[in-house]
Amino acid sequence: MTVLNVNGKQHEVDADPRTPLLYVLRNDLALNAAKFGCGLGQCGACTVLVDHNPVFSCVTPIAALEGRYIRTVEDLGSTDKPGPVQRAFIEEQAAQCGYCIPGMMMRAQALLEKNAAPSDAQIREAMAPNLCRCGTQMRILRAVHRAAKLMTVELNEPREVKG
Amino acid sequence: MNAPLTSPTRRMFLATGGALVVSFALRPTASYAQGAKPPQPKLPGSLGKAPYLDAWIGIGGDGTVTVFTGKAELGQGIKTALLQCAAEELDVDLKTVTIVTADTERTVNEGYTAGSHSMQDSGTAILNAAAQVRGILIELAATRLNLPAEQLQARTGAVIANDGRSVAYKDLVTGEALHRVASAQSPLKNVKDFKIIGTPMHRVDIPGKVTGAPMYVQDMRPEGMLHARVVRPPNYGAELVAVDIASVEKLPGVIKVVRDGSFLAVAAQGEFQAIEAMNMLASIAQWRKVAQLPDQGTIHQFLTRLPSQDQVIANKGDPSQQGAHLLRASYTRPYLSHGSIGPSCALALMKGDKLTVWTHSQGVYPLRNSLADMLHMKPEQVHCIQVEGSGCYGHNAADDAAADAALIARAVPGRPIRVQWMREQEHGWEPFGSAMISNVSGAIDDQGRIVAWNYEVWSNTHSTRPGGPAGNLLAAQYLAQPFQPPEPKEIPMPEGGGDRNAIPIYTIPNERVVDHFIPQMPLRVSALRALGAYLNIFAIESFMDELAEAAKADPVDFRLKHLDDPRARDVVTKAAREFGWNKDKLPRGQGRGFAFARYKNLAAYCAIAVEVSVERETGVVRLGRVVAAVDSGQAVNPDGIRNQIEGAIVQSASWTLYEAVTFDRNEVTSVDWSRYPILRFPQAPESIAVHVIDRPGEKFLGTGEAGQGPAAAAIANAIADATGARLRDLPLSADRIKQAIGV
Repeated sequence: MTVLNVNGKQHEVDADPRTPLLYVLRNDLALNAAKFGCGLGQCGACTVLVDHNPVFSCVTPIAALEGRYIRTVEDLGSTDKPGPVQRAFIEEQAAQCGYCIPGMMMRAQALLEKNAAPSDAQIREAMAPNLCRCGTQMRILRAVHRAAKLMTVELNEPREVKG
Repeated sequence: MNAPLTSPTRRMFLATGGALVVSFALRPTASYAQGAKPPQPKLPGSLGKAPYLDAWIGIGGDGTVTVFTGKAELGQGIKTALLQCAAEELDVDLKTVTIVTADTERTVNEGYTAGSHSMQDSGTAILNAAAQVRGILIELAATRLNLPAEQLQARTGAVIANDGRSVAYKDLVTGEALHRVASAQSPLKNVKDFKIIGTPMHRVDIPGKVTGAPMYVQDMRPEGMLHARVVRPPNYGAELVAVDIASVEKLPGVIKVVRDGSFLAVAAQGEFQAIEAMNMLASIAQWRKVAQLPDQGTIHQFLTRLPSQDQVIANKGDPSQQGAHLLRASYTRPYLSHGSIGPSCALALMKGDKLTVWTHSQGVYPLRNSLADMLHMKPEQVHCIQVEGSGCYGHNAADDAAADAALIARAVPGRPIRVQWMREQEHGWEPFGSAMISNVSGAIDDQGRIVAWNYEVWSNTHSTRPGGPAGNLLAAQYLAQPFQPPEPKEIPMPEGGGDRNAIPIYTIPNERVVDHFIPQMPLRVSALRALGAYLNIFAIESFMDELAEAAKADPVDFRLKHLDDPRARDVVTKAAREFGWNKDKLPRGQGRGFAFARYKNLAAYCAIAVEVSVERETGVVRLGRVVAAVDSGQAVNPDGIRNQIEGAIVQSASWTLYEAVTFDRNEVTSVDWSRYPILRFPQAPESIAVHVIDRPGEKFLGTGEAGQGPAAAAIANAIADATGARLRDLPLSADRIKQAIGV
């Protein structure tokens, strides 16, 4: 058994420890967002966050991930309540087939957690590991800029005080 | 609401008590296939193929409206645009409308979703069907309320009378009210009253795609599903001599190794187990290699030496005229990969004598016929359901994955089988876009007018899609009783295949265009977005700049001088104006380029202006501003059109600057993204602006492939402007540029 912390929940996974995380996310945990693209760490469709850093889940064995904090697009929000990055992608209509988009969103999330207001050049550089074949790059860039603004607005909003 | 795996089933519709009974609606289609004549001479769009209104539009007892299309969502946004057509003419809230895409038991047969045809065929059919259904609803309400139809109007899902009474659509439609043959004329709205068509609309599929909803065939996980992988031969045509199946069947999780001749696959409980078993099988299988590939370095000479079927597709005046200047040039493109980000995937389930296949194929009916042939089944025993996959951009391995899944499902009946191709398989075995060559000569007179034009193009086929016999399915060629691929055929004009867009759109008094169709295929090829138009437009539009230079004319002025079609002129003028096109010389290393085409000379018009900078030391090209203008006729979803053209520009920039399938004498070697690099974010243009010229009331003009050719030529023309070097062989790689400018 491997214990994985995915999106804040502990999961006991009965799989060969050499199994790449991607297959566990998709098949054992039924999380659809991370996608199989190459199995080689070349395209970024499988990108998830591990301890706030973007990783290629298709080449990362679960044995390396016990006690680490794994996050996927499912943690960013839902269709009813999309998070800032998701909202930005919807508002910019930043998808065609959309297959690469979850990986794009996680890489963008990682960037924006480290750099709240990245320049266009910084975004291009940060997003370079992820491929889009439909040619949606211009919209994705706009979506990342918009997500940065939405996140900043969200941070500045008054918080609900639970009592 | 459009998540494919949760969309309502036909049984659910029947249970609602509404009027939708698809089986009735689809039955007539079959009888036409047997030779009976449709009752109407000329119905709009695909209504001609399936004239019953309830084949297209259903109104359920609960008030839900369902639109049925035989076309597939491929990421081009077709669902949304078709929903807009239906909601507009039906006068309903778009959010209450569901769409069902290509399915051999639920939708009409609209062939392939290809050639930028979906709006012209399906959009036109749905627009007209919806208008006619609205007319029927008003008639029904007139009877119900005992009022003349003139005192009634449709509004938001109900028919409203001048006296204030109203009846909801769901209460009007009973029994087979919509089971009527469409008329040639539809009570279409005045375009001035359009509220939904022409308005930028958020795509219905994007929320699910950005939140991890199960949107793709890859995301299906039905109860009892097994994961399968196929072991492909080491190269084209290799025969499987021996493999120790028993040793692999002992591996953990492995359920079955399937072998039929040289088709080898494994089904396992877990996906990683299937991959490990695949790797083991690949390492122990013994193959006899037969194929030899030609030398990549001389592939174009090799192709032009092969036997060809030659056809003169344009011949006008005396093309041998020499004019004041005579120019000649030759252009080439390499084999190109579709390069879908998600390798192909399919699910199949054999239950009794019925096979169900979930596939991201572009043509479920053609696929069904080929699968039935391969499995010696009747087409009615095979049910193909289209579920989205990763973008395909033409005929990738989607159908082949479906064939693999079907073969494994036959060997493991009762269990849903999910086949997922690996990256190396997709890159190595997909049918590529054909390498091509074109030769052109042109003469201009001393007034700077083109007086003669000669053009010849050489290409393999641009369609080896499945359809009838099984031989175009990859796996079928490797079975113990193999199926031979059918003889390839050129796609006839006016659309054309290798000769698509080979006839210049410009007004030229003397011209001759010859298509050399090469049946023999050293590499597996088929349809890649834009087909031959990518090279032909690249060649024609590069050559137009070469002629303009000889005529000492501005490239935009030179084009306008030879363009009569006012819509073509508008698009060219619009792109030039929005770009700020002028005759000022740019600093060294910077250039601007322009190109224009009307896709297939009958679909959308697209003009593109590009600025580039070229680093002299390395030959590296940076794309600056890109401005495009497009006329797609009546624009349904302007943002959808912009998205398609932006995508076409970026994808074409990648093809044009970076891409070529590589191979040695033995095998394809560009089998992953490191050996087939494509454009990454730092290489994307600085900006792209797309200006849509809306033509309310005009026919829909297919847009999905309109940008590919112009983008390529505009980049080449900008590089020539920046460096003084004219590059005619694709890709326009940094190495080639460096060589051409002699650094």
